[in-house]
Amino acid sequence: MPSAGEAWRDCFRAFYIHKFRAVLGKNRLIFPGEKVLLAWSGGPSSSSMVWQVLEGLSRDSAKRLRFVPGVVYVDGTCPVVSTRRLRRVAPRTWPYPILGSPVVMIPFCLHLEGAACGQSREDRAKTLSDVKRILQTLGFPWHVVTLEEVFALPPSVLRCSAPEPVGTVGTYKVAVDSFLQQQHTLEAEGVGDSPSSAQGEAQPSQPCTQDPQDLAEPPPAAQTEALSRLFDSVKTLTAKEELLQTLRTHLILHVARTHGYSKVMTGDSCTRLAIKLMTSLALGRGAFLAWDTGFSDERHGDVVVVRPMREHTLKEVAFYNRLFAVPSVFTPAIDTKAPEKASIHRLMEGFLLRLQAQFPSTVSTVYRTSEKLVKAPRDGCASGPRCLLCMCSLDVDTADSATAFGAQTQDFSQMQPPTPLAEAGAPTVPCRSAEVGRAPNCCQGTRPCRREDSRARVIKQLCYGCRVNMKDVPSLDPLPPYILAEAQLRSQRLSPEIQEYLLENSDDKAHTSGSGAWGPPEQEGKDGQTVCDCINKNIFN
Amino acid sequence: MAAPLSVEVEFGGGAELLFDGVKKHQVTLPGQEEPWDIRNLLVWIKKNLLKERPELFIQGDSVRPGILVLVNDADWELLGELDYQLQDRDSILFISTLHGG
Repeated sequence: MPSAGEAWRDCFRAFYIHKFRAVLGKNRLIFPGEKVLLAWSGGPSSSSMVWQVLEGLSRDSAKRLRFVPGVVYVDGTCPVVSTRRLRRVAPRTWPYPILGSPVVMIPFCLHLEGAACGQSREDRAKTLSDVKRILQTLGFPWHVVTLEEVFALPPSVLRCSAPEPVGTVGTYKVAVDSFLQQQHTLEAEGVGDSPSSAQGEAQPSQPCTQDPQDLAEPPPAAQTEALSRLFDSVKTLTAKEELLQTLRTHLILHVARTHGYSKVMTGDSCTRLAIKLMTSLALGRGAFLAWDTGFSDERHGDVVVVRPMREHTLKEVAFYNRLFAVPSVFTPAIDTKAPEKASIHRLMEGFLLRLQAQFPSTVSTVYRTSEKLVKAPRDGCASGPRCLLCMCSLDVDTADSATAFGAQTQDFSQMQPPTPLAEAGAPTVPCRSAEVGRAPNCCQGTRPCRREDSRARVIKQLCYGCRVNMKDVPSLDPLPPYILAEAQLRSQRLSPEIQEYLLENSDDKAHTSGSGAWGPPEQEGKDGQTVCDCINKNIFN
Repeated sequence: MAAPLSVEVEFGGGAELLFDGVKKHQVTLPGQEEPWDIRNLLVWIKKNLLKERPELFIQGDSVRPGILVLVNDADWELLGELDYQLQDRDSILFISTLHGG
């Protein structure tokens, strides 16, 4: 970019916009009139993306974008309250003399800080008002959701819905032609030519609609604390970041489904995707690279995630935002000011960017590699089980326990001491081995099996990458209820299949239909760790 | 012998967090033997403006990879990076691209 003269700015701008349009046009996935949800984090890349869409819809754009956008902003995506930070911040926000004991300080600070790390309630409210101000200038529907709302999500959000029939290139052309024809007809009839009216639906006259859950009040403190508790319980920053990403994805997916959006656009830039590719490899998500870093991600079925910013580097984004005054809102994230080796994400980012400084083709090379990844053919949603959290097809053999990997993933050394379980419904059943005879590694009838059941149940339904993450989550209790409920539902669905393997025994039947925690009977004998397998053993022996 | 310089130093993209949240700093650099260039400026910033975590801003004698430097809205790579000699009333902007998405 030459520094002299002003012409280069126009050239840069044209190039930047062209790249955005070209990515959309090349892939031909977004049909005219389709509802597309823009996931805006407030950061530079997604702000730039929203700005591009805004400009693309404006009247004097030569080739106007033809889809119907909405924006979603997830508030409070920094739900960590570390002890160290508490001690530093507390003297500033709490005027009373602080007693030395951390046990005394923490309850006070949790109340003040809310769910956001380093952000007081006032800061969070201020950020939100900045966000809303920007959203109101956009002119299309916007939704603000708080991260705390994950506690109200239904288990159905984890299910893959049947996808809409995928359009081919021919279908796309036909759709575009008919859309243009419709436009001409409407214009001829004298109807206003805004994109929304051409849709033919009754669009609201004020496009600045707001999500019905108004955010005039902050979320209930109990939910904020529950969120903090969840993230505090996670041992490593890597796992925290992954969990946050997962929860945020579920939330956005839910918003999209609720409001009828069939596409979600995220602002992942070229640099970010290159870092994500390497990080995913390190996290054990190599099987899903094509979905995690490709242009389109159809794992959810009815809602497709697209990444239109994937050809823009972070440097270009920063320049564009600066030169053309794109508004963005800065919010501290979970990894703000984290040291270099705090998480795998930070490490990989530092590695790639340092390499890039010396070898400027690094990022583009990694990115081009990601373009070459091919998705394994799939016949549709229902083929094979899906990971409970990331919703990709399971890359582990669920019955596999004969290998070292299988034994590794069934790690019961982290068993928690028994605490009252919050699960409603079925009564606690003591381990049967106490009656029938002792089996090795059993709890020996002193405590209920259900905690190990529920953890094993969830772990079995995760892909390899998510299982590795869960190792850093010592207890599944703080997880939002929809995850545990869906895990339970899925394993109960399995149990009728294995009914036939079990002997007719009224007590055992009742227990089976209640917990359904065991896998296929082939596992018995190979996996001595499973507490409820001891029941199996006792039945078959 | 370099005369004192008055420059505007600005931080964006999250880098301001390391400077007490203050984005714009109007700075007067004292007169000194060697001419002022970006290299010296970084040393000066580290000593006088940077409030915490220097390793998140400076690496070696340059900025951390991922931090863009613009001088008068132009990429510093075109101006010689660390060797660019500052002039009076220049505007130097440091944008962190590492934060957010």
